[in-house]
Amino acid sequence: MTSVDYVAPTDVEAAVAALGASKGNAYILAGGTDLLVQLRTGRVHPGTIVDIKRISETRTISEKDGAYTIGAAVTGAEMSAHKGLSQTWPGIVEAMDLIGSQQIQGRASPGGNLCNASPAADCVPALIAAGVSCTIAGPGGRRTVPVEDVVTGPGQTSLDANEFIVSFEVPKPAPRTGDAYLRLIPRTEMDIAVVGAGVCLSLAEDGTCQAAKVALGAVAPTQVVVAAGADALIGSKIDDVALEKLGQAAKAACSPIDDKRGTIEYREKVAAVLAKRAALKALERAKAR
Amino acid sequence: MGQEPVETKWVGKRIVRPDGVDKVTGRANFGADMNLPGMLEAKILRSPHAHARIKKIDTSKAEALKGVHAVVTGADFPELKAASVDGGEAQVNLKDLGENLMARDKALYDGHAVAAVAATSASIANDALDLIEVEYELLPHVIDVEAAMKDDAPLLHDDMFTSGVEPQPKKPSNIAARMEFGAGDTAKGFAEADVIVERTFRTAATHQGYIEPHAAVAEWTEDGQSRIWCSSQGHFAIRSMTTALLDMEEAELRVMPAEIGGGFGGKTTIYLEPVALLLSKKSGRPIRIVMSREEVFRGSGPTSGSVVKTKIGATNDGKITAGEVELKYEAGAYAGSPAMPGCMTAFACYDIENAKVVGYDVVSNRPKCAAYRAPGAPMTAFAVESVLDEISEKIKMDPVELRMKNAAKEGTRALYGAKFKQIGFEETLKAAKDHPHYSAPLGPNQGRGIACGFWFNIGGESTANINVNPDGSVTVVSPNPDIGGSRASMVLMAAEVLGIDPEKIRITIGDTASIGYSGLTGGSRVTFAVGMAVVEAAKDVVKQLCERAAKIWEVDFEGVEWRDGAAHPASTNVGDFDPLTLGDLAAQAGKLGGTVVGASSINARGAGPGFGTHICDVEVDKETGRVDVVRYTAIQDAGKAVHPSYVEGQMQGGVAQGVGWALNEEYIYNDDGQLENPGFLDYRVPVTSDMPMIDTVIVEVPNPFHPYGVRGVGEVPIVPPLAAVANAVSHAVEKRMEQLPISPPRLLSIIDG
Repeated sequence: MTSVDYVAPTDVEAAVAALGASKGNAYILAGGTDLLVQLRTGRVHPGTIVDIKRISETRTISEKDGAYTIGAAVTGAEMSAHKGLSQTWPGIVEAMDLIGSQQIQGRASPGGNLCNASPAADCVPALIAAGVSCTIAGPGGRRTVPVEDVVTGPGQTSLDANEFIVSFEVPKPAPRTGDAYLRLIPRTEMDIAVVGAGVCLSLAEDGTCQAAKVALGAVAPTQVVVAAGADALIGSKIDDVALEKLGQAAKAACSPIDDKRGTIEYREKVAAVLAKRAALKALERAKAR
Repeated sequence: MGQEPVETKWVGKRIVRPDGVDKVTGRANFGADMNLPGMLEAKILRSPHAHARIKKIDTSKAEALKGVHAVVTGADFPELKAASVDGGEAQVNLKDLGENLMARDKALYDGHAVAAVAATSASIANDALDLIEVEYELLPHVIDVEAAMKDDAPLLHDDMFTSGVEPQPKKPSNIAARMEFGAGDTAKGFAEADVIVERTFRTAATHQGYIEPHAAVAEWTEDGQSRIWCSSQGHFAIRSMTTALLDMEEAELRVMPAEIGGGFGGKTTIYLEPVALLLSKKSGRPIRIVMSREEVFRGSGPTSGSVVKTKIGATNDGKITAGEVELKYEAGAYAGSPAMPGCMTAFACYDIENAKVVGYDVVSNRPKCAAYRAPGAPMTAFAVESVLDEISEKIKMDPVELRMKNAAKEGTRALYGAKFKQIGFEETLKAAKDHPHYSAPLGPNQGRGIACGFWFNIGGESTANINVNPDGSVTVVSPNPDIGGSRASMVLMAAEVLGIDPEKIRITIGDTASIGYSGLTGGSRVTFAVGMAVVEAAKDVVKQLCERAAKIWEVDFEGVEWRDGAAHPASTNVGDFDPLTLGDLAAQAGKLGGTVVGASSINARGAGPGFGTHICDVEVDKETGRVDVVRYTAIQDAGKAVHPSYVEGQMQGGVAQGVGWALNEEYIYNDDGQLENPGFLDYRVPVTSDMPMIDTVIVEVPNPFHPYGVRGVGEVPIVPPLAAVANAVSHAVEKRMEQLPISPPRLLSIIDG
C-alpha cells in the first residue's frame, strides 16, 4: 500500500507551497466528488492531496458593484441557495445544480468541475457563455484567465503543477442580459451530459441582440465556444432565421466521438437543438430584466 | 364455478413490515456486514478478455506479498462432474456452475473469474491481484446471438451439440438447444386471417440491478461444521451448490441468511461462496468477499438479450387465427437461457387454435445469464404484444377489445400444455378498460400503449416452524429469505389461523441447520407455497392447543373449537367452560406435555397463474428522441393480496424495471468484447424522478388451491412494460418500435428516418 500525504492549509500561499513540496503528483481536493471516486477506482495515485476548503477565499461568494466572485470550492448547494447569484446568473446556477444528486450538490464545486476537465462538465459551458474568468494562484502570484482557456483536453488543463484555481470572477451583466444552460441526458438526473449548451445574450432597448456568447459541452475534447453561433444572434431579434443559423453553427462546431453515450450524428443534431432552446430561454430571461 | 373469496380478519391488512425499522435505522445486516475475528478480505482476478485460453497462471509473486494468506485458481477446486445439482428452482449443471465461478481451461467472457486472493486487507488483496501472471492465448470471440449461431462462429465449447434436434448434430456449435411446440395448423390459420403482421424484435441484455452487490463470508472448519453467511434468494440452494462443488456433505455446511438488498432472480445462483470457503480452508482464516459494482456487471448474470420473430394473423373482427414465434436467446457463456419459459409464455394470455413456437438457447462470450424476474417472458411479450397492437390498429379495433376477444379463461388449454383453472386475465382487461386512465385525453407528442403479461408462478417444497413461547407470544421460523415482503405475509397468515393479533407474532428466517429444506425464494412462490406451510404449521399449533384444552376440560377433542385465539367448547352440549386463550395454554405448556411447536413440510401444488394488463402514456421529445413516461397504470390479478402494500410495491417495482429495460438499459460491448458500461452511470436504470407515480389496481380472483386464494405476484408485473412502453412510443411517433432499448439516439434516428 502506498501512503498519501494530506494537507489542509488555511491560506492560498500555503496551498501553493504544499503543491510545490509534494513528492508525487499533487491533487487539489475541493468537494472530492471526482477525486475520491478516481482514488477508489485506482485512476489516480496522488503523492499529496491539498484540501483547499479551509481557505476562506475559496469558500465564499461575494458581490461588488454587480460583479460576483465565486470561490472555487463553493458548493453547488451554496450557489443555488444564493439569492443574488441565482437571480443574476440563473444559467450558471442551474448548470451547477444539474451535477449529481442532492448529496453530491452538498460537496461538488465549480472549481472541481472545471479542473476535472471532462468535456461533459455541466457548469463549464455556462461559465464560458457568461464570460467568466478565473483567478489562478501559483508560485509567481496570481493570474486571471478566461474559463475557456483552462481545459486543454480530456483530463488536461493549462494550469501548471503548482497552480490552482482560487475563484471565479463573474462580470456585472449588461442591462437586459439573460443566460441559460441545457443538457441532454437519457434520464432526468444523475447522469452525464450527452450534449450541453450554454448561451448568454444581451438585448438593446429595442430587443435587438447586441451581445451573445454560445458554448457547447460534450461534443469535442474540450468545451467549444461557438463564435459563429453568437454572430448569428447578434444584430437579430432572435427570430427563426437567427435560431436556424445558430443551430447550423452549433452543429458545425461539434467534433464529437461515437461512444456509449451517443453517436456523432446524434450529438450534432442535439447540439443544434439545445443551442436554439438555450438561446430562447436566455432571451426570455433577458426580456424579463 | 368460481371459488368465493374467504372472509379474513388479518389477511389483507397493511401491517407495519417486520424488517422496516432495522432497514431504515441501518441496523439490518446484509451480506457484506458480517465480521469475524481474524477475517481476511478476498478479491477476485477477472479475465480482461472475451475469449482466451488460459495457458498458465503464476501466483507465486502474489503469494509472496506480505499480508497475502492464500491464492486459489481453478486448479484448487475438486474436479468437476458433469452432473446436475439442485439449484432450488431448477437443476443446475454442476460443471458449468463450477467453471463459471472459476475458469479452468478457458476464459469465456470479459469478467470471468480466473483466480482469487485472500489477504489481511482489501487493498493488499487488490495489490496481489496485479502480481498474478496469467498467460492468455487470445481466441476469436462472439457477442451477438445471431452471429454466434452462424456456422463459422467462434466456438465456445467443442463439446456442445445442439439438443432437441433429431438426429443430434455431430458438429459442435454455439446452439445449446432447440425447442419447438405447437398446436393446430398455423398454415391453415394464416390462410383464414384477414390481416397478418410479421416483425422481428430485439432486446438487449439487462441486469437485475439489485442495489446490494454479491457478498459472502465463509469459515471452513476441519471438523465438518463449516459456515457461510451470505445474502441470497435461498440459502438451502447455496448449500446444495457449494457442497456439491466442494465434495462436501450438506450437513457439513451451515448457511446463514443475511438480509438481502434485492435479488430479482440474480441471487439464485452462486459466484463467491465456494471460492470463499476454499480460501478459508487454505488460509485457516474466515474469508469475506464483496463484489464491486463493476464485478457485479462483468461477472454476474444478466438476463438474455433476444431476437424474437413473431407472426400473428387475425380476422377483421378480431379473432386470432394463428401465431408463430421464433426466439433466439443469449445464454451467456454456458447453456441455459430462459428460452423455454420464453416459448411457453409467448401466447399464454390467449386462446389460439393454431400456434407454433421455436426457441434457441445460444451461448456467446458474455457472462452466463441468471434468472431475472419472469425469466424469458418479457421479451416474447414485447414481441407478441407489439404485433397485437399493430393488428388492432390495422383492423381498427380497440386494443383491449382485441385481447378480450382472445383472452385465455377457465378451461383454456395453454399452448404449453396446462389447462387453466380459475384465472383472472379477463378481469384485468375489464379493469383496464374501466380505468379513468384508459380514456383520459392525451397531450401533444404523447402516446398510449397497453400490453398484457403472464407468469406461471410455482409452488414447491416448503417448510415452516411455529414456536409458542411460554408467555403466549409466538415465533414463526421461515426457511426463505424475504425479498418481497414475505415475512409480513407469513405473520398475517399465522395470525389469521391462530386468531391472535399480528403484534404477538415475530418472525425470523431460519438458517439451514434450524429448519428443514425449502426451495428458494423465486418463481413468485413464497407467499403462496411457504405461506401454505405456515398455515399448516399454525393449524398444527391450533390442533395441539385444542387437544390440551380437551385434556383440561376432560372432553373429547371434537368438543373443542378454536376461534378468536382461544379454545371454546364446540357447543353447549360439551359443557360450560371459560375459553382457554393461547396465552393460558402456553403458560401451562410444561404441565400439559411440553412446549407447543407447530411444524409443517409440504410440496405445494396448484400455484395459480398470474396475469396483468398495463397502460402506459409517454411523451416524446421529437427533436432529441427523449421519452418521458408521464402516466402508468398496472393492473394485476393477485388472487388475494395478503399485504396489499407489498403487492402494490411488487407491481410498481416490476414496472420500474420494465421501463428501464424498455428505454435505457443495455450491455454495451466494444469491438474486443469488453463490457463498456459496468456501472450505474452508463447502465441506466431509471431513477425516481424518471418515473411517474405508478397507479396500481389489484384484481382478486382467488386461487382455489390456496386457503386464502393467494397467487404469486412478484414476476407478472415485469412482463407487460416492455411492450406497453414500446406501444406508447410507437403511437406517439407513428412508427413501430422493434428494438429495445428505445434510447434517445435510437429513437431520434427512427423519427428522422
